[in-house]
Amino acid sequence: MLGRTLQEVSAALKQGQITPVELCQKCLSLIKKTKFLNAYITISEEVALKQAEESEKRYKKGHSLGALDGIPVAVKDNFSTSGIETTCASNMLKGYVPPYNATVVQRLLDQGAVLMGKTNLDEFAMGSGSTDGVFGPVKNPWSYSKQYREKRKQKSHGENEDSNWLITGGSSGGSAAAVSAFTCFAALGSDTGGSTRNPAAHCGIVGFKPSYGLVSRHGLIPLVNSMDVPGILTRCVDDAATVLGVLAGHDPKDSTTIQDPGKPFMLSSLTDVSKLCIGIPKVSLPFHFTEILSGQIQSPGLGNRLVGVESCLCHFC
Amino acid sequence: MAAPMLRGCCLGRCWALACIDSSSRHGRGAATGFTSSGKRGQSFVAQQPLLTAQKSRKGEHKWAAVVGLEIHAQIASNSKLFSGSQVHFAAPPNSLVSFFDASLPGTLPVLNRRCVEAAVMTGLALNCHINKKSLFDRKHYFYADLPAGYQITQQRLPIAVNGSLAYSVCVGKKWRQVITKTVRIKQIQLEQDSGKSLHDELRSQTLIDLNRAGVGLLELVLEPDMSCGEEAATAVRELQLILQALGTSQANMAEGQLRVDANISVHHPGEPLGVRTEVKNLNSARFLARAIDYEIQRQINELENGCEILNETRSFDYKLGCTVPMRDKEGKQDYRFMPEPNLPPLLLYDTASLPAGADPQQVINIDRIREQLPELPSETREKLIQQYGILPEHSFALLNEVGLLEFFQNVIKETRAEPKKVTSWVLNIFLGFLKQRNLAVNESPVTPSVLAELLNLLDRKVISSAAAKQVFEELWRSKGKTPSQIVSERKLELMQDEEALERVCHAVMEGHPQVVMDTKRGNPRAINKLIGLVRKVTHNRADPTVIKEILEKQLSS
Repeated sequence: MLGRTLQEVSAALKQGQITPVELCQKCLSLIKKTKFLNAYITISEEVALKQAEESEKRYKKGHSLGALDGIPVAVKDNFSTSGIETTCASNMLKGYVPPYNATVVQRLLDQGAVLMGKTNLDEFAMGSGSTDGVFGPVKNPWSYSKQYREKRKQKSHGENEDSNWLITGGSSGGSAAAVSAFTCFAALGSDTGGSTRNPAAHCGIVGFKPSYGLVSRHGLIPLVNSMDVPGILTRCVDDAATVLGVLAGHDPKDSTTIQDPGKPFMLSSLTDVSKLCIGIPKVSLPFHFTEILSGQIQSPGLGNRLVGVESCLCHFC
Repeated sequence: MAAPMLRGCCLGRCWALACIDSSSRHGRGAATGFTSSGKRGQSFVAQQPLLTAQKSRKGEHKWAAVVGLEIHAQIASNSKLFSGSQVHFAAPPNSLVSFFDASLPGTLPVLNRRCVEAAVMTGLALNCHINKKSLFDRKHYFYADLPAGYQITQQRLPIAVNGSLAYSVCVGKKWRQVITKTVRIKQIQLEQDSGKSLHDELRSQTLIDLNRAGVGLLELVLEPDMSCGEEAATAVRELQLILQALGTSQANMAEGQLRVDANISVHHPGEPLGVRTEVKNLNSARFLARAIDYEIQRQINELENGCEILNETRSFDYKLGCTVPMRDKEGKQDYRFMPEPNLPPLLLYDTASLPAGADPQQVINIDRIREQLPELPSETREKLIQQYGILPEHSFALLNEVGLLEFFQNVIKETRAEPKKVTSWVLNIFLGFLKQRNLAVNESPVTPSVLAELLNLLDRKVISSAAAKQVFEELWRSKGKTPSQIVSERKLELMQDEEALERVCHAVMEGHPQVVMDTKRGNPRAINKLIGLVRKVTHNRADPTVIKEILEKQLSS
């Protein structure tokens, strides 16, 4: 059940195959089992169970709030959560309990999502490995995969088992590990210079960085105010789209969000990628462009549909 | 501070004034350079220089002083500049603090529309060019009452620039001539106020109250076009009146809604400007002029003794009446200005550039604001002079006291007495009573209609001028009585019977032949004696002018 997509679980909840409380308890026990990953700083067990109970009441009445009702989610520890310690993996904010929720957190909770806990990160999101927080590094779940263990056994130099792990990338490593290890279905990260996409790639999941101004930054403890965005980590693209639909939109508390575009966000239901045309930005150094093209993007039927895209924005990279 | 007018300051430059403790230096003798009439709180008079005294000092030529001002006016709005918490004076400590004001991590500023409108109104009233695009910046410095470690201000591109403030000076004999002076306004910008620090010496701690943190301020930078304390004080007074008329700020210095810092330097005319010092902690209109003049004098003294002026910040010590260097001198501060990344540029529109279909709640139209500007003090004064024929200096005095103009207008409405008479009564007698008892206009026991009734009695010659004053005193003391009641109670009616009066005059003249002789001989004071005697007999119920007429008629016959 925990390995399913958000859509699938939501359907299961609606149909009553599983209750939100059971789902929540399953996730909580998995979190406990995977404590060695160090993905979570704070596990909000009581809060989560309470939210799950409320969700269960709604499902019983048939008044579910939507696709996210009863779904376990995790939030990176640089988002303000009311009543739950928010540390940014730093001693400077140890013991800091905010009195308000970040807008994105509030929007998730308003949809009935169940908050599992606050995930680990690089201190104040300054890093790209999730290794520099005061609560220790986050370990990539893939370190414990059969494939990796086999590989390591061959190259074993009598190392300590404990130090034999891979990084998650960062800075939203905790969120990525949490999603990748099936302890939640979606997690919030933040992205300033790749801090959502980087750990997503490391942990083999989907990491989505919305355009600046699309999602509210109110409650996101800033790293670079003019570049930060809240990021979404999920196990499949559809789930990311679902979460984005909930989070995107103008927030009067954040003056840098754009006015509502009007049309609600919809992901097209495309299954045949052979008709897709993919654009790859041309970077000024031709060296890099050729590298990418000659790399692993060898897919039958797509070779002649790769288009180089020149954009003014490339020059700012 | 009473009159906003500058009394006796000569055109152009203001000469150095002797201060409380340094008058001896220039050998001016007993007469110091200023008089202070404490009664009506008038600021002191600048006098013509004693050039002889100056020349005796090393044969130096004249000094000229240059004064610029930085004024912070608290915007009168319901909520703060970037957050939703309320703005109240003297609320319980830390009861009006939002998450953003306390700088909790993750909070963001949201611009207050009313504050922007206030800035535009003030800019338009001061003839400024309103920048259609202005930007916000962060000014960083560390202080306990600044939780964020920076203040959001407008350093690069403020909301209004290049304006002017006109104020009036009275010169000439008897200060009858009114001269208008202008001071250029460099810029007006929006910025945040900081919190308040309360130093508890007893327990060696500092208490922080963040109620004021984040309140919107208008910073007005006045160019150094002023040359003495009086000019600066007058300009500030006029600015106060303008802000109060616009409603953009209550501009009450005592409550900290208007704060003034002065930049002062001296130089010889024709030579480049001298090193300037900044004088802070000028929290009262009364001390503003005094502090500036002290500093001017101090700088002159230093330079004449061969010392140098340091570019420093000084504070005005009220008790000692002088400026002292401020304690923390850290050299030049680096404020690390940077653009405020959480606030996009502020865009204003006029009717021509307004985008079609724009939500009126989301945009500000400069032309609309200009149309809706209330009447400015200078216009009000003009109208008073035109409508009632009163003197310019009286128009200033009427606007200077809160509520006095309204009082005056209400009296005028209900009386047939001449405006000049009303003006004289309101400004001299009524205001005098208020000031003696330290009351505001709205605390006066005498209402406009009561005064109007009194003036009507005077106008109809039912009572004499002297009697009217007596009635007024009585009105002040006992509420509820009307002037007519008091007049009849104390039998103050003028004698209307002219024949009876003639008989009295005749009798008095008969009784005092010596005085009559003196009068006939041309002694001017003798007739007054006769008038006095007649008044005594009639218990002051006869009009002195009528008495005089009758006496003169009888004397000549």
